[in-house]
Amino acid sequence: MSYVPGQPVTAVVQRIEIHKLRQGDNLILGFSIGGGIDQDPAQNPFSEDKTDKGIYVTRVTEGGPAEVAGLQIGDKIMQVNGWDMTMVTHDQARKRLTKRNEEVVRLLVTRQSLQKAVQQSMMS
Amino acid sequence: MDNESQYSGYSYKSGHSRSSRKHRDRRDRHRSKSRDGSRGDKSVTIQAPGEPLLDNESTRGDERDDNWGETTTVVTGTSEHSISHDDITRITKDMEDSAHLDCSRHLGVSLAGALALLSFLTPLAFMLLPQLLWREDLEPCGTPCEGLFISVAFKLLILLLGSWALFFRRPKAFFPRVFVFRALLMVLVFLLVVSYWLFYGVRILDSRDRNYQGIVQYAVSLVDALLFVHYLAVVLLELRQLQPQFTLKAVRSTDGASRFYNVGHLSIQRAAVWILENYYHDFPVYNPALLNLPKSVLSKKMSGFKVYSLGEENTTNNSTGQSRAVIAAAARRRDNSHNEYYYEEAEHERRVRKRRARLVVAVEEAFTHIKRLQEEDQKNPREIMDPREAAQAIFASMARAMQKYLRTTKQQPYHTMESILQHLEFCITHDMTPKAFLERYLSAGPTIQYHKDRWLAKQWTLVSEEPVTNGLKDGVVFVLKRQDFSLVVSTKKIPFFKLSEEFVDPKSHKFVMRLQSETSV
Repeated sequence: MSYVPGQPVTAVVQRIEIHKLRQGDNLILGFSIGGGIDQDPAQNPFSEDKTDKGIYVTRVTEGGPAEVAGLQIGDKIMQVNGWDMTMVTHDQARKRLTKRNEEVVRLLVTRQSLQKAVQQSMMS
Repeated sequence: MDNESQYSGYSYKSGHSRSSRKHRDRRDRHRSKSRDGSRGDKSVTIQAPGEPLLDNESTRGDERDDNWGETTTVVTGTSEHSISHDDITRITKDMEDSAHLDCSRHLGVSLAGALALLSFLTPLAFMLLPQLLWREDLEPCGTPCEGLFISVAFKLLILLLGSWALFFRRPKAFFPRVFVFRALLMVLVFLLVVSYWLFYGVRILDSRDRNYQGIVQYAVSLVDALLFVHYLAVVLLELRQLQPQFTLKAVRSTDGASRFYNVGHLSIQRAAVWILENYYHDFPVYNPALLNLPKSVLSKKMSGFKVYSLGEENTTNNSTGQSRAVIAAAARRRDNSHNEYYYEEAEHERRVRKRRARLVVAVEEAFTHIKRLQEEDQKNPREIMDPREAAQAIFASMARAMQKYLRTTKQQPYHTMESILQHLEFCITHDMTPKAFLERYLSAGPTIQYHKDRWLAKQWTLVSEEPVTNGLKDGVVFVLKRQDFSLVVSTKKIPFFKLSEEFVDPKSHKFVMRLQSETSV
């Protein structure tokens, strides 16, 4: 998941579809995000490369829609409903996830275990 | 009052008075204290015909010397003797007779003057007496003596100039008590001179010492010692008080106007004078009309409660019980006076602002009617006016607005029509804008801005629990009283500051983007 400027980013991703849960007036997804191009990447505990300014999942509430859909803590979100999340500010990411008229979000997430699994399967 | 004159003339008469300032102070103090014609109240002064009204210091030259015995005071005021041709009611408010102190002060002044003169002439006498008495026996003394003569001459000149600079000043106040440092210096000088004369008498006059150079050196050493005493005087009287050590808070008792001042080591009486000097240019003028809450607000306070005792026998506890019951009931009763106060204030504010707007517009418009005459303009000589006439010409258009504004802000006793005209003339002469003209009226200025005779009072009473020659210490409180109001002054010591140093490398200023917001979605 390292980022070389000018080169396209390649990653092994998993598709996760989360159905938002309605709580009162809000639609919640059940996880917390951190990161963004306006944040400090060195403080990200989940990233392998400490210059990575992508959006990461920092918390997943138990029993929430995200956990049910298979989202794990430490995942990096690459796309939300087709919108890119690798080069967005924190606020833009939040907005993309919390659109009021969307009940379902389809995320492309990547994590290190995916990469390793693919490598192992390739080698074997 | 006729006894307002400042006896500054005496100071110049009394020679090289090194320490006569103190006595001049005391003497002049009662002059100025007795000049309380301008107490801030509006009573009319009844003068004998031909006497100027409440005049100031310089005009009373001849009368001074005749009347000096009458004028007085110590701490509070003039004596009854000083009534010659004024309003009796003004003077009879708490005065004391202290004529005897006057004599002692004059004695003191003359003593100090004599001492100063003596100390100045002593070195000259030291050098001249041998020449006069036993000239033939003296050893000739060439260049060293001449050098010493020159140095004595110049040192005496420097001493003279220094004394003039330090002591020959018009004293600014009368102090109620002896100025300790000055007394000390006088004693020091006296002892110095006496001891020098003693030694001179014994060693030189009696034995007819022939070594003239030694005698001249002796005289030079006296002059040096006197110069050092002068240096000591400078340090004690002038320098010690300069470095700030205390903060004084002065609060006016009637309306709460307060200021803070930093002073150094001073005695209480000197600190009082310092405060007064600053009072006249810092505090807004005391306006008795602005003090009271409007009557409508205060009127309905405790309208009576009647207390009925239902069959109680013992009367001893009744009175206190009754009064307490009344007070409690009054406190519990719903009190709306704050409401009225608020609305009254708001209304007054609005009224003042409206009048002020009218005044500003009127003045601006009035100022557009005149302009300064340029050289190129050819005008009929009849149309050219001097400032006074110009002021009178435009005054009429703004007079009404000005009067209404002054009445609303209750300032009208401070500004007579004549004073407004004079100020207008002043502003026109100096090419001031309407705003500059108005700054005097739109806000209440310090007392010294107003006409001297009416609002400046020189007499103040110093009330203190500690003796007034004590130095200031932390927590000292004293009160400066006048008839209508008083200034309460309290002292606090300036804290001891511990400064520590921290070096910051300019290259160490670096920044990064901050934090992790974590948003839950």
